[in-house]
Amino acid sequence: MEKNSEFAKQIALKIAHFGSLAVFAVFATLPFLWMLITAFKQDADLYNRANNPFIFNLAPTLIHLKELFYETQFVKWLYNTAWVGVAVVLITLVLAIPAGYSLVRLAGRWGERLGIGIFLTYLVAPTILFIPMSRVVAELGLQDSLWSLVLVFPTFTVPFAIWLLMGFFKAIPKDLEEAAMIDGYSRFGAFIRMVIPISTSGILTVVIFSFTLVVQEYIYTLTFVTTASKYTVSVGVPTFLVHGDVYNWGALMAGCLIASLPIVIVYNFFVERFISGLTLGAVKG
Amino acid sequence: MDTARQTVEGTFRSRYQRLSYFFDNEKVLGLLMIAPAMLYILALVGYPLILAFVYSFSDITVGSTHFNFVGLKNLQELIGDFDFKNALKNTILFTAVSMSIVLVLAKILALILLKDFKGKFLVRALILMPYVAPISLGVIGWLWMLDSIYSPINWLLQHTGLFGSDFWPMWLGKPGLAMTAIITVHVWRMLPLATVIMLAGLTSIPQDIQDAALVDGAGYFRRLFQVTIPMMLPIMMVAVLFGIVFTATDIIIILVLTRGGPYDSTQVLVSQAFYTGIDASDLAKGAATALFLFPLLAAVAIFMLQIARRSEVT
Repeated sequence: MEKNSEFAKQIALKIAHFGSLAVFAVFATLPFLWMLITAFKQDADLYNRANNPFIFNLAPTLIHLKELFYETQFVKWLYNTAWVGVAVVLITLVLAIPAGYSLVRLAGRWGERLGIGIFLTYLVAPTILFIPMSRVVAELGLQDSLWSLVLVFPTFTVPFAIWLLMGFFKAIPKDLEEAAMIDGYSRFGAFIRMVIPISTSGILTVVIFSFTLVVQEYIYTLTFVTTASKYTVSVGVPTFLVHGDVYNWGALMAGCLIASLPIVIVYNFFVERFISGLTLGAVKG
Repeated sequence: MDTARQTVEGTFRSRYQRLSYFFDNEKVLGLLMIAPAMLYILALVGYPLILAFVYSFSDITVGSTHFNFVGLKNLQELIGDFDFKNALKNTILFTAVSMSIVLVLAKILALILLKDFKGKFLVRALILMPYVAPISLGVIGWLWMLDSIYSPINWLLQHTGLFGSDFWPMWLGKPGLAMTAIITVHVWRMLPLATVIMLAGLTSIPQDIQDAALVDGAGYFRRLFQVTIPMMLPIMMVAVLFGIVFTATDIIIILVLTRGGPYDSTQVLVSQAFYTGIDASDLAKGAATALFLFPLLAAVAIFMLQIARRSEVT
């Protein structure tokens, strides 16, 4: 009897555990499931209120994908995003790798403080800055150009990258660099030949996060760019897949899903590092 | 092959030796290595930040060369302005309500995810999706789910009998409902981040402390309130601070879902700043509106510094 009720209690706990997990998982993924269903549905099925919206009442179709790729500038937006992303990632690496190393190894006691100061600019950036920044961009003659994004996006990637890299460089034993310097390398030579090669995983993390931040960016792009062919995917899809007031929901949902999935998959492998960076090392992961 | 490589390395080394003063003097090298990043940040974060203040005290507009200092006029006008008060009220309401919900749900979800079970990696990946996917695109999914005619949520609630057959709410068309929708979508988006931060906090508590409390006879709630929560406090602070910043300064959800409507019922400070400063070309008034967030951000920055200093000591 005693054993039985204990067993029942465990079963009940397990059901409650999985039940609540399922509720959270459905809440998180519902919009994406809805995108997936909509993207392959015929219009006649989609815009019929009598139909059950969660199943295919008519055969699935690829017509929305065709519209998306051949009748909109979606491919161009993907290309723009990739182009800006690569440029911003390169600038971020060139600025942040030496800066992070310098703050950890060469700056002494104020290095850490300055590092935190730089990290905090990551918090302040876009909301307060987008209005004056629009003027700065206009004065440089870069309005309505992808170059404005290349110039401005590192304002949020560089501070975070410096902070993440500081964590990685701190973990490298000083002996390794000293050994390289005894072998005849200068301090800078040791940095290039020794520190950078063994920090590959840290640098890769920075690459992924910078690229993700670029793909997600919205306000600056909306402020600086006005020509349809120059948008990134995050702004182009919500702004231009609208025909008058009638949304082309099938193509719209297909576009959202296609642009989201690669980022979602890659990001998952790096999320722990992102969190330990964000929490200022208040948690040792 | 090998000798060729050696000569390359040799020239590499000798060229460096000539510059060895710069490359071996740590102070000079440190300065040289950080200078590009510092200059960039000063030019493109520092300078615009100063401009934001300058604009707030001026009458600058888009496309004109006209520029006069008008002192506190913009700020005075804003404080008396109905639209501004409305936006401020909405910002506070939106931030407070969504943060409270996020914190409670994140704590629950983190405790659920703490347990080991099969397929945990997959479940975690699914739960992270709202935060990871480009926000503006995820929100379009919600826009379609909350559609005034074809909303599948309404369909489901009606066909399960929760709504009457003539009840079909227009989620984005009624003031109260629109705010509810915005908060729901924001919770959807912030929950993954808050959960992962909480989870990091929970797993960082050494198991032997929990064990020691258990041996001393502490029950579940005693351990929750006297061990788990106090030990998680710094990390929870971090979660709350980020939450506040990301909530008060984020307008993507509002720009995509409601554009501040209906009747400005979802207009917040930043969206107001965007529509005044960029759409209506009144840079000065827009900058002044956005600047009202600066004290909040500064307060958060100071808190973060304190937390960082404390973790530096330990």
